[in-house]
Amino acid sequence: MSILERIAQELEIGEDEEVAKLTQNALNNGIPAREILDNGLLKGMDVVGIKFKSHEMFLPEVLMAARAMQAGMDLLKPLLASDGGTGRGKVVLGTVEGDLHDIGKNLVGIMLKGAGYEVIDLGSDVPPEKFVETAKRENSSIIGMSALLTTTMPAMKRVIAILKEQELSGKIRTVIGGAPVSQAYADEIGADAYSYDGANAVVCVYKLLG
Amino acid sequence: MEALLERIKKGEILIGDGAMGSLLMARAKDLIKGKSPEFINLSRTDILEEVAGLYLEAGADIVQTNTFGGSPLKLSDYSLDDKTEEINRAAVRAVKKVVEGRAYVSASCGPSGKMLKPYGNTEPEEMSGSFSRQLNVLIDAGADIICVETMTDVKEAVLAVRAAKEISPSTPVMATMTFDKTPRGFFTMMGVTIEKAAKELEAAGADIVGSNCGNGIENMILIAKEFKRFTALPVIIQSNAGLPEVRDEGVIYPETPEFMAEKSKELAAAGVSIIGGCCGTTPEHIRVIGETIRSL
Repeated sequence: MSILERIAQELEIGEDEEVAKLTQNALNNGIPAREILDNGLLKGMDVVGIKFKSHEMFLPEVLMAARAMQAGMDLLKPLLASDGGTGRGKVVLGTVEGDLHDIGKNLVGIMLKGAGYEVIDLGSDVPPEKFVETAKRENSSIIGMSALLTTTMPAMKRVIAILKEQELSGKIRTVIGGAPVSQAYADEIGADAYSYDGANAVVCVYKLLG
Repeated sequence: MEALLERIKKGEILIGDGAMGSLLMARAKDLIKGKSPEFINLSRTDILEEVAGLYLEAGADIVQTNTFGGSPLKLSDYSLDDKTEEINRAAVRAVKKVVEGRAYVSASCGPSGKMLKPYGNTEPEEMSGSFSRQLNVLIDAGADIICVETMTDVKEAVLAVRAAKEISPSTPVMATMTFDKTPRGFFTMMGVTIEKAAKELEAAGADIVGSNCGNGIENMILIAKEFKRFTALPVIIQSNAGLPEVRDEGVIYPETPEFMAEKSKELAAAGVSIIGGCCGTTPEHIRVIGETIRSL
């Protein structure tokens, strides 16, 4: 088994110390940081997402995996930044205006924090302008929005419209999720990504920032 | 009023109440907006009394307090943790005033919203201390029962049950967890099986165990049967009125009072001792379920 496969496997079982050790070994062996991230850490996180969805893994194991991911990322981050790529950044997160459902949004926040992101959680019932203003002020390049109701989903579209008006599309990216939200809806309103659960949100954010 | 556990021992099936959040939202949407539902307790105890009255009238033997998110750890999300005392005391008082001994006052104690180490960042001592602070007030204010509910981490539920029993060993404690049906059986979001929940909650000192919320009453019948396999304690089931369906007009819970009442007969047959409702259930659900169960 290659060292990157081993990183993915140790990440999956939440062995943070082992992931850090293997990541350091991989770097010592001259494997580029970007490759360790893509084919080691993120590959492991992908499997975690799939197993979480199929109920083979539950939240505690997923959180441990996210922690192991963070241990690897701590070593890669400085290299990724100097590599021209971005390291971990800030995510502005919230449930959209008119919607008070925050369980899913909270899980996404926990997972992102676990993976080492700084999360600015605006809570629930967040006005569209507040998402954009906060992202600008905090220099965040990701806005994560959650909705449980079809009646509140259109608020996501308004955030995307404000970003477009202010010529921020592409600079500030949007990830959307929630029970009634789908990839088709994300495509329709021009969101940058759709995420079906917390583990997947981490993968989405990595891909957008990568 | 005769002691709850005595009545259950004699074989009586008691009726719990139904959803609280939706009734509060309908009456104080602007007040709750952006805040915790427990914020109501600080200024609008008249609404708490009205809701308790609706469930009492509907025939509930057990009426819950609006203290689900009343632990200081949870309240700290809204910077209301310094109001823990007032929020919990006002809620118990309001229900007590309305039911006047005609129903048991059940003090709700929901999840802290934090996760325990190692997967989370919270030390068990901190979580336990938070539950103790809330439970001290609830018990001191005169709650007849403590209801630890909607738990998904059995370790957290155990901390709450133990905290209640330490404060008042004689106050009955109900402990319910929320399970999802998966192709591999029932699990909580945190991966807890019914067997593990039943055994660990019983070992922690719970008097009544079971499940609330969830994916509809038909699953609850299966969950109840599984609880009965793993514990001799009385079982409580407080089901959602199905899984919320998103329609153009908003979120609808599909299970009608009549449907849930019909299925409640199977809960009774499975040996469940307390039957109530959770999200999506209304005073009408409780009335029909109560009439059905009492006519058995």
